[in-house]
Amino acid sequence: MKNIAKKIYVALIFVFLYAPIATLMVLSFNASKTRSKWGGFTFKWYASLFRNEVILKALYNTLLIAFCSALIATVIGTIACVAMSGMHRRTKAVILGITNIPMLNAEIVTGISLMLLFISFGFKFGLGTILLAHITFNIPYVILSVMPRMKQLNPSTYEAALDLGASELTAFFQVVFPDLLPGVLSGFLMAFTMSLDDFIITHFTKGAGVDTLSTKIYTEVKKGIKPEMYALSTIIFMTVLVLLFLVNFSPSKKSAKDKIE
Amino acid sequence: MTSKNKWLSAPYLLWSVVFIIIPLCMIFYYGLTDKTGAFTLDNITAIATMEHAKALRLSILLSLVSTLICFLLAYPLAMILANMKVGQHSFIILIFILPMWMNFLLRTLAWQTLLEKSGVINSILSFFHLPNMNIINTPYAIVLGMVYNFLPFMVLPLYNVLSKMDENVINAAHDLGANGIHTFFRIILPLSVPGIISGITMVFVPALTTFVISTLLGGSKILLIGNIIEQEFTQTSNWNLGSGLSVVLMIFIILNMIISAVFDKDGEGSML
Repeated sequence: MKNIAKKIYVALIFVFLYAPIATLMVLSFNASKTRSKWGGFTFKWYASLFRNEVILKALYNTLLIAFCSALIATVIGTIACVAMSGMHRRTKAVILGITNIPMLNAEIVTGISLMLLFISFGFKFGLGTILLAHITFNIPYVILSVMPRMKQLNPSTYEAALDLGASELTAFFQVVFPDLLPGVLSGFLMAFTMSLDDFIITHFTKGAGVDTLSTKIYTEVKKGIKPEMYALSTIIFMTVLVLLFLVNFSPSKKSAKDKIE
Repeated sequence: MTSKNKWLSAPYLLWSVVFIIIPLCMIFYYGLTDKTGAFTLDNITAIATMEHAKALRLSILLSLVSTLICFLLAYPLAMILANMKVGQHSFIILIFILPMWMNFLLRTLAWQTLLEKSGVINSILSFFHLPNMNIINTPYAIVLGMVYNFLPFMVLPLYNVLSKMDENVINAAHDLGANGIHTFFRIILPLSVPGIISGITMVFVPALTTFVISTLLGGSKILLIGNIIEQEFTQTSNWNLGSGLSVVLMIFIILNMIISAVFDKDGEGSML
């Protein structure tokens, strides 16, 4: 009895979390242009999506910024973690404190502060400023993912590699980095996701005429969202879902796991 | 690692100073000066004007309510998930991160479709001859939007501390004669404080400062403090006033940071 109640509770929360997503997917097949009416089933928005250059351009910008910002943030963040591992506790605490600022601060404040910086120093608003802003809020996610891995690391392995004649770089990439890799990868993925879903900071740091999907949607809110947007987000969501299933439940990985067990 | 590795932190430190510290100083600079650059406190005291104070009060009220609802919904959920021991830790995190792959604005807009007078939820309610609910464009819809968007930020830190909790401590409490309620209030709840604090911070700050959720679900009539600041920057272009109001907001944010630093020293309650 108690177990059933628990399952119902979990199920209800998931309905709450995924109901809007299901709604958007249904809307992407809605022949009527307005959200509130069901006009029959259609694939036409999926077809017209690929002819809509404005949306495709926004998609390109979004993916480009998400990929570049996640990559650069991963490099800077991982290097910072390696550097911090050798530091005095107090110095480390100060640096981690600064790292936490973009995470704990309000996005609107981060966005505004960067906007003021870019204006004062004469940056040209555009993809570049969005990229700089995204790298800034992505680095903390990378550090938070890599740091725990760094703590688990056994420093003797690195020293052993050095004793055996490896150069510092070789020792790092052959011995330390493979151990960090899961943290680095999850940091990259986290950063990519956060960048992709960001609206507020992009809103303040983008220039006129440059749009990501989020800012494009925001300008469409008052005029009414183009149904192609629903189609696009359904495609993105389903792609990620399928990829996750493949990664998590691929037969090769499962059999490898069985062997270990 | 060797001590010269310390120099490797230089790129990150430089980045933090240029893109975190200096921008924050700029907000203070703009907030404490007028258009000519002369020192003034007018932008800060502007919070006391009727319109701004009303928006701030409403923001605080709505964000407190939604933080409380998030906590009440998330705690049982995190406990159930932590006890289920569904193999992978990362799988649970994934379920809550996955919705972010559908755009945040679209997900929030979808609630319009769900909540409208003739929307999905009301259609279901009328099918069962239940009274309709008309909460779209009211503060209730904004609270719902906040809870919907920020619930994962409450669940994940709670799940994190609860799943790492030493079962022996709980078993010991049972062995020593504590009943379920007793164990919960004396053992489980106090041990999960870092997660609770972290969750509250992660929900309260974005809820307090949002302007998107109120725009999308509150109609255009309900103004939160975030809306007012956003308008100062994008419409009226009064950056000094906008910065001054942001400085006021930052007082709340800094308070929040201090509380979380005091209660969660080792970062136990982190989200990941």
